[in-house]
This record gives sequence, C-alpha cells and structure tokens, in this order.
Amino acid sequence: MSAREDILNRMRRSLEGAGEAAEAPREYRRALAGDTEVVELLIDRLVDYKAQVHHGIESIADILDEGQPVVVPADLPQEWRVGEAIFIEDDPLDPEPMDADDLDAMDAVLTGCAAAVAVSGTIMLDTGAAQGRRAITLVPDHHVIVVRRDQIVGHLAEALPRLSATSPQTWISGPSATSDIELQRVEGVHGPRRLDVVILDD
Amino acid sequence: MSANAGTVPEVVPSSSLIPAGAKFPKAAKVALGMPQMRANLAHATGTIREKRAKVAGELDDWEQLRDAASAIKADVQHRMPELAIEFERKATEAGATVHWARDGVEANAIAARITREAGADEVVKVKSMATQEIELNEFFEAQGLRAWETDLAELIVQLAEDKPSHILVPAIHYNRTEIRDIFRGKMIDAPTGLTDDPAALAEAARLHLRKRFLSAKVAVSGANFAVAETGSLVVVESEGNGRMCLTMPETLISIVGIEKLLPTFTDLEVFMQLLPRSSTGERMNPYTSIWTGATDGDGPKDVHIILLDNGRTDVLADEVGRQALSCIRCSACLNVCPVYERTGGHAYGHVYPGPIGAILAPQLEPGRHDDLPYASSLCGACYEVCPVKINIPEVLVHLRQEGPHQAGEKAAMGAAKAVMARPKLWRAALGAARFFTRPWRNKGYMRRLPWPGSKWTVSRDMPMPPQESFRDWWKERER
Repeated sequence: MSAREDILNRMRRSLEGAGEAAEAPREYRRALAGDTEVVELLIDRLVDYKAQVHHGIESIADILDEGQPVVVPADLPQEWRVGEAIFIEDDPLDPEPMDADDLDAMDAVLTGCAAAVAVSGTIMLDTGAAQGRRAITLVPDHHVIVVRRDQIVGHLAEALPRLSATSPQTWISGPSATSDIELQRVEGVHGPRRLDVVILDD
Repeated sequence: MSANAGTVPEVVPSSSLIPAGAKFPKAAKVALGMPQMRANLAHATGTIREKRAKVAGELDDWEQLRDAASAIKADVQHRMPELAIEFERKATEAGATVHWARDGVEANAIAARITREAGADEVVKVKSMATQEIELNEFFEAQGLRAWETDLAELIVQLAEDKPSHILVPAIHYNRTEIRDIFRGKMIDAPTGLTDDPAALAEAARLHLRKRFLSAKVAVSGANFAVAETGSLVVVESEGNGRMCLTMPETLISIVGIEKLLPTFTDLEVFMQLLPRSSTGERMNPYTSIWTGATDGDGPKDVHIILLDNGRTDVLADEVGRQALSCIRCSACLNVCPVYERTGGHAYGHVYPGPIGAILAPQLEPGRHDDLPYASSLCGACYEVCPVKINIPEVLVHLRQEGPHQAGEKAAMGAAKAVMARPKLWRAALGAARFFTRPWRNKGYMRRLPWPGSKWTVSRDMPMPPQESFRDWWKERER
C-alpha cells in the first residue's frame, strides 16, 4: 500500500464514530469601529515597528539618493520614478532576468503594494501591479513602498479579499527583525533593514 | 578554527549536561542546578509574557477569536482525510509535487533524494519543528549532505552543538554574552571585536549567511498553515531568512505535518491575528510568506511538499488527546509555565518541551515519555493563554489515567481508598500521622519520607498533617 493510502486509511480508522465537528462560531470582529482613523493608525503602527513614513510621491526624491541604483518592477508607474536615483527595471519574463548577485548590487527597491492593514501596520504584496516578483523586494537592503490611500484598510479581514490568494504573497510589518536574543525585538537581519513607506493621499 | 578561538570562554551546551534518556524528574534536577540558565529563562519568559499580555489585551474580541480557532481546528481534525486530499489536489494543480510520509525516515529519505536529484549536497533551512521532530539534519549528515540552519536562534544552537530548548526561540537558554562567545568561538567568519549588542550579533548572522542564501540551490522549510481550499502554504517569520529560503533557490522542499491544514484562505483572518500576538507578542510578525505551487518567473521552479504523519493519525484516534493536534506552535504555554521556566526545555527530553510537549510527546511516541504528563502542577496557566484553547490540563490528567501505573502506586492508592472510606480508621490514621511527624512539625513539611514513601517525596515535599483536623475543630466550635 502506498504511504498516501496508508495514511488516509489510518485517518479514517482513527475518526470512526467521531462524527462531525460543530460549526465554528465567527463572532470576532471583521472591521474596526467605524470612526477609526485608519491612516493615522497605520502610521502609528509603522513607526512603532521602526518603518519611516512619508507623504506624497515627491518624497521619493528625498528618500533615494542621487545616482543610487534602484530596482523597480517594469510596470511601476512612471510618475513614481522621481528624483535623481537610477531606476533599473526588472522584468521576470525577460529571457535573462536579474540574478541574485545583480539584485544584491542594488541599493534599494521601489514598489507599490496590494493592501495595507492599519491595526497591525502590515503591508501586503501579492506580486500584482507595480509590485514585481518576490526576489526584488527581498535582496536589496532598502525597500520603499508606495501605499495609496484607497489601499489602506483597518482590519486584516478586510484586506484578505483584496489579495490574489494563489499568487505568491509577502506580508511585511516593519523592517527585518529578530526576537531571538533574550526575546527583545532587534531590527535588521536578512531582509531589507530599511523600510520607507510613502502614503499617497487621494 | 576561528581567528578568535582560544581567547573566548567556551560555552558548554546545556543539553550535554543532561544524561541521555533521563526521565523528567532526574533531568529536571540537573537543569535546576544551572543558575545562569534559570536566570536567562526567567528574564526571557518574563519579557515575552508581558508583551503577549499587552497585545492580546488590545483586541476586545480575543476570546471570540480563540473560540473560532479552536472550532476550526476541531473541524480540521474531523475532516482530515477530505481536507488533505483537497490540499493535495490544489497544490498539484498549481505545480507542486506532493509526497506522503508515514514517518520521519520516509520523509527524510524523500527530502534527501530530491536534494541529490537537484544536484546539490547542501540545503538552507527555514526554522521548522517538523524537521526537528524527524531529525532531518542528522539524517542528512549521515547521508553526506549538509543542512544549514538560517534562523538566528537555530544557528546559535547549531553552532553551539546544542539542542533547541524552546519551540519558538530554540536558544532561549542563552543570554547575549553567551551568544557572543558562541559566535566568536564557532563562527568561522565572526567579525573581530564582536560585542554582545544584539544588533551586532544579528549583523554577524547576516554576513555569515548572505552568500549561502544567494547561491543555495535547495531549501527545506516547514509550514505554519496549509490551506486546503487553495493548496497554499504559509510561513510566518521575522528575520527574512524564511523569505530567502522560500524565494531564492531553484528547489523548495516543505515538510508539513498533516495537522497544519486549514479549510479556507479566509481562516487566516483568525490565525494570523492569534499567532503573532501569542508567540512573539507582536501585532504582526515582520514577514509572512504564502505560496501556491510554483509560479513562472518567481521563486523556486521545483516545489515539493511532504505531508508527514509520524504518529499524528494515532493521536487523532484519542477523543480527548486529539486536541493536541490543534497546536499552532506559538509557545505561549511554555512562556507561562512555572515548571518550564525553572527546568528549561532540555529536561523534557523531547523536541516539543513545556506543557504542549507534555501532551504531544507521549502521544506521538506512545510508551516513551510517560513521565511527561507529570511534569506539571496542573495550574492551568497554559490553557488560559493557548490561542486555540487546547485544554492542556484536561489532556494531562487524561494521559496520567491512561498511562502505566506501578504496582506500588496502585497498592498505596488502594490502601488510601480503604482507609478514607472508613471514618474511624481515617481519624486514627490522621492521629498516628500527627504523632509520628512531631519532630518536623515546626518545619511544616518533610523533604524525604522513608521507603516506600520515598517514591512520593523524590520530587515533592510532604506537607505535615494539620495539628487539628477539621472534624476536631468543628466539634470544638459546636460546644
């Protein structure tokens, strides 16, 4: 008997007579209170986890230095590429896309996002529009994320339906960190150590 | 040899001080004799308890979330065959190869075969309890393959040639100075003049692993959740080592216990609120990765998932005990446990220590670890913090009842029952007990009873019988 059949049979045997479980009660919140200022809350939570918050697309010119190599997804809006940095497009369908070493030579990455959750300061990427493939937001040590006002929701349950469930996703809450030494949070291990969030008001 | 070797105090791996195969009472006694470790644990668990309580307290629907999580996991257990098949189908449709493994040996062999077929002789690893459980690293080493741990705490433990002592923070028993000494003594490329500043230690780990991440061909991971509806896997982490392993290599092997299933993607709205708050005391962990099969032009092209049984289907058969399969490995129960805080994880002699280990280990490996259900004062703090509401004290008592009982214990309990059932005899016995224990009266307890009572006092103090029984007190009062 294959391991698959064997395991499935053992499950069924173990569950003989167990019947069905009761339906899960779902009385938890699916949204924050109606009067919550979600943008302010998001900023508060981002700052708490040591991300830098900026307003307006022009701020990108100040975040990225002149001449810095900055990787961007090929579909990043032209109007976001402001300032004197050198923007290098990454196209994963390119027959020879940038490899790990190419990405390691980048000073920063500039992307958009799919959604942002205010209550936990979480920015979600699902490799959709203006986000690029996962490697470009991982290898460079500095990630600049543009968040449009209409992408910000209060609660995790409001954000999930906005994601493409089966696309590769990365949920980001602050820069790379560890709690492995005496259970204190320290920023900066393997992921981008600097996280800048640019909020675009409508 | 590191350039720093020789000048650095050597850190003795704590697990090496505990005799192999020692039962909990003996192992705990050894652990209690390590004052530095106890201080480190008290400090770390104290920190995390406070953080957890604060962020859990921010949610006014915390109890409703726990109720939902508990019920969803119970549903997963009841529908496990159906959900496992659904997961397999969806993951396969998305381009993953799904394997099944009855036990650790099968899972390790599959992982080793895939590694070799990918033309690699080493893998980078995301922290994974499942691979600890099946001793994948040891298996790989015996096969001439090398597994590199990339989580900071796992790296510390691997460099120290120690064993993990905590589910979430395997190096919780070391403080920053000891970690610096381990790095200076054992990490080939440790920066000279490395201090014990946690930021400097994290930087050292970054430099140590960076090249390996960027050039690795094969990665091995576990998963926090496996979503049946979509065939997706979820890995929750902090450092970015997980993202590195899940994104950069060509081949990805994920070893997933069959209990990790969730019915729907939407269920993450429950578990991703509970898990980070319960584990590291954060509103959300820095990074969560979710992937479904293989994606063109993004991440590993060759994606494998090994569904692991390794005793879980047997746990499923126990109506009371099966709730242990709801565990999401947050380790909140370890952090609040008065026993764990004092003995540390190594004393439990199993990869899952603490309260959850005391109910999981004896069920996953029946006949071994029968001592662990007794490694608890049944205070119930673990149940109170458990985000999926596993009634750990209930399972502990259940396993004590089911477990073996020595003839002597049975005889003593039988005798006690006979005496307690006869009021006159009971009164006489109490009187005799008071008489014979007079020399210890002022101390309030006896450390050691003569044989056979010594079996009871080997890990407990014997309180003195009260000088006046309740019956006598009542009689006096009535007069």
